[in-house]
Amino acid sequence: MDENITAVKDAPVAEPKSHPVTININGQQHQLLVQPWVTLLDALREKLDLTGTKKGCDHGQCGACTVLVNGKRINSCLTLAVMQNGKEITTIEGIANGEMHPMQQAFIKYDAFQCGYCTPGQICSAIGMLQEGHATNREEVKELMSGNICRCGAYSNIVEAIMDVKEGGQYE
Amino acid sequence: MNSFTYTAAPDANTAAALLTADKHAQLIAGGTNLLDLMKENVAQPAALIDINNIDGLDGITTLDNGGLRLGALAHNADTAYHPLVEQKYPLLAKAILSGASAQLRNMATNGGNMMQRTRCYYFYDTSTPCNKREPGTGCSAIGGYNRIHAILGASDSCIATFPSDMCNALAALDATINVTGPEGDRVIAFTDFHRLPGDEPQLDNILKHGELITSIDLPKNGFEKNYAYLKLRDRTSYAFALVAIATGLELQDGLIKNARIACGGLAHKPWRKPEAEDYLIDKVPIKENFEAAADIILNGAMGYKDNAFKIELAKRAIVRNCLTAANLNN
Amino acid sequence: MQQKYIGQPVSRVDGEAKVTGSAKYAAEFNVPKLRYGYVVNSTIAKGKIIKINLERAMAVQGVIKIYTHENRPSTAWLSFNYADMDAPPGKPFVPMHNNKIVYNGQPIAMIVAETFEQARYAASLVTVEYDKEEHESDLHAHLTEARLPKKGLATLLKPGPPKPKGEAEKIYEASPVKAAGTFVHGIEHHNPMEMFASTVVYEGEKKLTIFDKTQGTINCQLYVANVFGLPFKNVRVISHYVGGAFGSGLRPQYQLFLAVMASLDLKKSVRLSMNRHQMFTFGHRPATVQKTKFGANDVGKIQAINHESIGETSQFEDYTEIVVNWANMLYPSPNTKLQYKLKPLDVASPMDMRAPGGATGLHAVEVTIDELAYQAKMDPVDFRLLNYTDMDQTTEKPYSSKELKECFKQAADKFGWKNRNPEPRSMRRNHKLIGWGIATGIWEAMQLPTRAEAVLTADGKLTVSSATSDFGTGTYTVMAQIAADCMGMDLADVSFKLGDSDMPFAPISGGSFTAASTGTAVQAACLGLRKKLLKKAQKMVAAFTEAEFDDIDFTDSGLHLKNNSGPPLSYREIVAATKEKTLKSKNMGWPNAMKQRKFTRATHSAVFVEVEVDEDFGIVKVTRMVTAVAAGKILNPKTARSQILGGMVWGISKALREESVMDHRFGKFMNDSLAEYHLPVNADINDLEVIFVEEDDKIVNDLGIKGLGEIGLVAVPPAIANAVFHATGKRVNDLPITMDKVMDYASPLV
Repeated sequence: MDENITAVKDAPVAEPKSHPVTININGQQHQLLVQPWVTLLDALREKLDLTGTKKGCDHGQCGACTVLVNGKRINSCLTLAVMQNGKEITTIEGIANGEMHPMQQAFIKYDAFQCGYCTPGQICSAIGMLQEGHATNREEVKELMSGNICRCGAYSNIVEAIMDVKEGGQYE
Repeated sequence: MNSFTYTAAPDANTAAALLTADKHAQLIAGGTNLLDLMKENVAQPAALIDINNIDGLDGITTLDNGGLRLGALAHNADTAYHPLVEQKYPLLAKAILSGASAQLRNMATNGGNMMQRTRCYYFYDTSTPCNKREPGTGCSAIGGYNRIHAILGASDSCIATFPSDMCNALAALDATINVTGPEGDRVIAFTDFHRLPGDEPQLDNILKHGELITSIDLPKNGFEKNYAYLKLRDRTSYAFALVAIATGLELQDGLIKNARIACGGLAHKPWRKPEAEDYLIDKVPIKENFEAAADIILNGAMGYKDNAFKIELAKRAIVRNCLTAANLNN
Repeated sequence: MQQKYIGQPVSRVDGEAKVTGSAKYAAEFNVPKLRYGYVVNSTIAKGKIIKINLERAMAVQGVIKIYTHENRPSTAWLSFNYADMDAPPGKPFVPMHNNKIVYNGQPIAMIVAETFEQARYAASLVTVEYDKEEHESDLHAHLTEARLPKKGLATLLKPGPPKPKGEAEKIYEASPVKAAGTFVHGIEHHNPMEMFASTVVYEGEKKLTIFDKTQGTINCQLYVANVFGLPFKNVRVISHYVGGAFGSGLRPQYQLFLAVMASLDLKKSVRLSMNRHQMFTFGHRPATVQKTKFGANDVGKIQAINHESIGETSQFEDYTEIVVNWANMLYPSPNTKLQYKLKPLDVASPMDMRAPGGATGLHAVEVTIDELAYQAKMDPVDFRLLNYTDMDQTTEKPYSSKELKECFKQAADKFGWKNRNPEPRSMRRNHKLIGWGIATGIWEAMQLPTRAEAVLTADGKLTVSSATSDFGTGTYTVMAQIAADCMGMDLADVSFKLGDSDMPFAPISGGSFTAASTGTAVQAACLGLRKKLLKKAQKMVAAFTEAEFDDIDFTDSGLHLKNNSGPPLSYREIVAATKEKTLKSKNMGWPNAMKQRKFTRATHSAVFVEVEVDEDFGIVKVTRMVTAVAAGKILNPKTARSQILGGMVWGISKALREESVMDHRFGKFMNDSLAEYHLPVNADINDLEVIFVEEDDKIVNDLGIKGLGEIGLVAVPPAIANAVFHATGKRVNDLPITMDKVMDYASPLV
């Protein structure tokens, strides 16, 4: 896909002017020309072909679009691509490093998903949560993972997978 | 979402000037509520002024008077987990962590939290009349589905509630809000910031167009010994409050010496009733006294078809939460 | 056949694709010069469009065309062309057919633009003038107008209630032990995490490849071909991954129609995705009002069952579900009166939603049974065992297998049921009243004819395919397991492909019948392949020439003579010797009607629930739940357990969380977002346990598969409701059981 989000000329109805931004996505610098009305989520999915990040509601109400920005988990549907200038973004496509991330392996091991649509968001969220360091037990994991809805109902397996990674000493 | 221009403001003065120059401009910080509303076509700003790059507004610093200053651009999560907030203002930490989701708290800012708009179904739905969205069209919630609506301080034009959790704690703590604008800086008492709908429900607060919140100051007293936050909602997490109660107490020799009770989910603003707090002074922290205080707080409460239960629910929640704050639960 | 993989907890074969983000869903196929659609929905429930103002929308840069009923290209004239495999009796909704509005939220215009943002913006600029008419959307205001449903093709799979037996009303009145109730269910929406989307790739004159969110690629292929007059072979529908569906993908949704229409008209590739609000603008689980009156004799034997249900449907289709047929399948009773009626309203047609009818009807049945047990002063487990049957009394046929008793035993042990104090309000923990409740579940074990193809290649790999679906159900994995065992191959050498209308025929995937249907097809294709392998082997090696099929072991990826009269011959060698370097077999897996027809085939479950009810606030928390399931052969205990866990979460949701609330002044759902339509979150789900009691049932099919999609859900809402009763002493029969309905009951009685 074309990485340049080009400005549209001669707009009959006032159109947003494109802005140049530099974003590091999964370790790669991207110079984009982006219209302000493009959310980070839509930029990833529609302009950069990074479709691993999912659109489940587009309103910050489901967590399927969770990505890590400068290491913190956020809802990519509720921020604009133009606001990410200079940021480092990790999407599900950038989680694995050669082999699958322990969280990805644990999700498979514990069958922590069914349809798979909320899964990239769950995994990014879980990794972000463990980095935040505020979840010390199952109850806290459940509360701090409540921003990721799973309609298939894989919650208990998701918690198992996260606890396994957490107690496997992958994070301190 | 409509078409708009985008400018990243380098400093607060530029932001205020850009905002003042365009009455259809809006500031964007975390964006968690504004972009949501823009996608619903409820907010249609002609210009967005991004204030995230302004230096110096995201700090959390101690004040000379022993209080704490929370930068307007400090994120909700960073505020809640800040060691000084955790130690001295655990009520605030708990309130913040009761709201939204971890992701949203990582994005949302303290200033933005105050500026969030109601979750009224009709406000969000442009196909229905709503005085807050389009003054003069009527209030659909009155006579409609009003489970999440106000039981206190509502008017014939609007029965919406203010959805924040953080603000309930800030109201209870008697925070103050520092604002800058074209006419200079000013300080607003937290309880004066949000307003009741009256016949101008389109106005959520008293901030003037062109003004910008720079920080929130917490006074020295954080009620860190006797506090409690209780949020009742339709699911265990990631839902707005039907009723939320922030309580801070100071106890001495078995008597209440100072009391703060702020209620969320009940009105167009965090609801405090000084008379109820005064009533508790020098009283014993027992159920009966908290019930009496709750009656004062809820005096004049009015329910509608779907939310009348909130009157009794709120009373029980106030009592439970005050007993918890006094460490007398169970 | 040696079962090396069947029955093993194999990890999902599609797991890596899903956890790395490489699994692509319908809206994720990015093709050059893709155009974006965005739908405008009606804001009234009934009336006519007078005028749609498009000028401002058309002026937006990048907008290519706006479709409305006035300018849309013509499609098939006859209504039956729009009837998909799951269409109820009536006339299917046709988007933008004319100026008539038949429900609030129906699609009335579609913008097509160069970018998503342009289309979305333009959609916000469309204004519509209506001639409004009075609408009816409130079932409760029109209960007396309910009538019997119309019959049609779709009713074959959903028979109406059996004829009355005896004198159920009279016997009920005379019964010494009685229980009755009125049960109210609101509307629910499927809300899969993936929103409906179609990416239509324009491949040239009258030729399309469509990436669609569906539970039936061939269903959508037939629909598109019929509606747009295209040759079947020119329409290819692909749906490799489906981000949840729960029944919503059983019918083609309006985004498919509109995206195809625009693509054919513009001769361009088009993507159309719904937004979350639009996920509330098509099918839903219907609102219902049920009444039960059950009577038992003085020793607790049930002697009268009266169960009636009134459900809503649309004005254009008679959607039905099986709500009232269950009680007499579970409990013998000489007197039964079961009644099912509909009231058409100005709403979208309801649709099958996970355990349609069962999740609704069993709530009423199992709560009434619980109350009857209380009235009979019996333990609810003992009461059910007293009224146990191995015969389905509605058909008077025995069950092909029924390990329900064992389910009760194992689940009760695990749960610790024997420690229960039967008295309501007798158990508490601090501010929390504790309640323990149980319920029984049942769902039919169906099977439909399905085709599969098995292909061996010279590299020793097997690929089996069928146009079925996997929307999280585990089809990819369990079919690969079946194929590997059927062929005696390593699982790593076997792959199963699905979700493509170019593949062998499969019906829509739902109703818990996919594993049995596709599994039987896979088995048939593998059997066909084994026969072909032997034929080839007979020509290649002398030792095999005289061998009969039964003389051969198909194992270790090769043919082995059972009598060891010669060396084995590997599949690889056989395929390498063929001219095409592949060996294929395409076969139909037929249900064995001769065997099946003498039996009722069903899955069963026993669910044990503990709730905590806050005594002041009425907030109900399900603290633990044990479900024991008897569902034939469990192909993969890992994915099977997940399916049951999912059903349990759905049950918690149905009992305590979900409801689409309509403002009847507008005929519109007001909580149409994931913020206000409360699906359970992680913190809502506590201790869940699943037990499988296996059944060896060769009547359902050779592999003994019964299906698991619905059985995990059906008994959970009544078990929770019964536990809430045990905690509080009050019956809340109106779902969901929210705090406002419980609060006054929860507070200490004075």
